[in-house]
Amino acid sequence: MKIAVLIKQVPGSESTLPMNNSQDWIDEPSVTFVMNPPDNFALEEALLIREKMSEGEVVVVSMGPSRVQKVIREGLAKGADRAIHLEEDGQIEIDPLLIAQRFTDILKEENFDLILTGLQSDDTGMGQTGVLIGEMLGLPTATLAIETDVLDGQIRVKRELESGWFQWVQLPLPASISIQSGLNTPRYPSLKGIMGAKKKEIRTVPNSDLLSGEQAQSMDRIFVPTTSKKTEVIEGDADQVVERIVEILRSDIKVT
Amino acid sequence: MDILVILENNQGSLHRLSKEAIVAAQKLGKSVTALVMGSDSDKIVGHLTGYDLEKVITVGHDLVSSYNADGYSEVVRQVTESCSPNIIVAGHTYQTRDFMPRVSAKLGVPFIPDIVSLSDQGFIKQVLNAKLNAEMSSTSERLIISFQSAAFSEEELRPGSCSVEAFEATLDASGVRSISEEPFQEEAGDVDLDSAEILVSVGRGIEKEENVPLAFDLAKAMGAEVSASRPVVDSGWVESFRQVGSSGSNVAPKLYFSLGISGAIQHVVGMKGAKNIMAINKDPDAPIFEIADYAVIGDVLEIVPKLTEALDRS
Ligand SMILES: Cc1cc2nc3c(=O)[nH]c(=O)nc-3n(C[C@H](O)[C@H](O)[C@H](O)COP(=O)(O)OP(=O)(O)OC[C@H]3O[C@@H](n4cnc5c(N)ncnc54)[C@H](O)[C@@H]3O)c2cc1C
Repeated sequence: MKIAVLIKQVPGSESTLPMNNSQDWIDEPSVTFVMNPPDNFALEEALLIREKMSEGEVVVVSMGPSRVQKVIREGLAKGADRAIHLEEDGQIEIDPLLIAQRFTDILKEENFDLILTGLQSDDTGMGQTGVLIGEMLGLPTATLAIETDVLDGQIRVKRELESGWFQWVQLPLPASISIQSGLNTPRYPSLKGIMGAKKKEIRTVPNSDLLSGEQAQSMDRIFVPTTSKKTEVIEGDADQVVERIVEILRSDIKVT
Repeated sequence: MDILVILENNQGSLHRLSKEAIVAAQKLGKSVTALVMGSDSDKIVGHLTGYDLEKVITVGHDLVSSYNADGYSEVVRQVTESCSPNIIVAGHTYQTRDFMPRVSAKLGVPFIPDIVSLSDQGFIKQVLNAKLNAEMSSTSERLIISFQSAAFSEEELRPGSCSVEAFEATLDASGVRSISEEPFQEEAGDVDLDSAEILVSVGRGIEKEENVPLAFDLAKAMGAEVSASRPVVDSGWVESFRQVGSSGSNVAPKLYFSLGISGAIQHVVGMKGAKNIMAINKDPDAPIFEIADYAVIGDVLEIVPKLTEALDRS
């Protein structure tokens, strides 16, 4: 069982997000980056499948500038066997079709049985890469997986539907599955894992010119959302805050 | 502009986001064609004939009588080739997430998803966990877009009339590779979030499992029920039936009191109907404050125990 896990490095939820000078993206040098949270669940799922089957290989694949080596190392430290880094400099890539094409060109050489992705990234949230790659490679796809079960040449996936509904879907392998957060408990790397990661192979695929040309989609500016709602802001010393809340509950909302 | 709007057949009724997508389509173009697939299409067509549409296309093929990504994406490709729309529009539902990227790859047409509004130059989409908005545009002659819940109001649906046309899709059984079982619901809990007058809702800002009782104590003091955001449920800190949001319950209590919840759209869709929203968050820029009536900027771990005490005292 050969499994690819696509991992993206994204701004952490606690990071400051100052805009860049052209106001079309954030100023990346001021940002703290982390592994995209759903991708972390996808990686864990791949490691669990490999452990359950007591054989196989987990390969982490990441695209981006040299900073993404950090999440690649993290993936290796957690237990992935090797990694592929698709180098891509410059501003973040916006066009999902081009991104998926670049991944597909590399993935098809490897003949993976299973491709796992997080269902969307915390930065641009396009939520398409895994499905696009599936179509481009001619593989069946399923999204929002919250449980997986690999059988002989097949994978059963419990998909999350809306409003508390679920559905089991069975697909023949090879397949591309996108993973919803929360389906497992991602491990932390052990010290041994961290040491061992240094010896693991990272194949670097140099910058392509695929993304330097015209992209079919662009992000023209970013801005802080404004609100039209009238909001009372309550801040200050905790005792004063509590006093004001109690007053609101009693007199305005009338619930206590 | 010719628009093709892809509708979602929710076991014989039209998905709420599909109605909003029709509104978007009516605003975007003169000629709007709607596509509906699935075995109970007739029921949906019945609802649609009162709207101002060019026509409704139905596809009754056996291989798309129930939803599957392979079949649906192939039908949308064929219908697109036959009626050449400039824009393909859908609601950003879980089903759209599941198959629309396949359509994008089949046609080589870009897909801008999860749009919250239209602007003069393009489309507005939330980025970076809703902390910022981005304006997106495309140079492509054909485009796929999907709209987030409540981007448009179904009350704006333009009434009128439309014709109905059956489309003969050419599908091959070998092209439908997945086998889908019947959808089901997980066992419900004994807590009825729907009927609670007050909900105290816990988010990741509660920081650790040991702090969760702070929320239950406050709920007790207020006569409230406890609900939660998804990460709190995923961590196993509270039961799954307490989850509010797109994959949990939709609630509309008299007061929704959120403790350390950031306000991601998937959470907000489940609670924005609350009559009053009070939120405690230590980040003054948290998106939840955009929809809050009362924005308490501070530390839940400090404020909540004091508030419980003050309410118990009186
Ligand atoms: C397809 C899909 C479906 C989803 N379905 C759902 C769903 O049904 N329900 C749902 O909730 N989510 C859902 N999500 C996840 C959603 O996108 C968010 O990730 C989630 O709602 C975030 O939960 P949170 O606000 O508790 O955590 P976070 O986003 O991590 O926010 C924590 C907040 O707490 C604040 N904070 C931290 N410490 C403190 C403190 N001591 N005092 C005060 N404030 C503090 C922080 O400033 C932050 O704003 C879904 C996502 C996807 C992609």
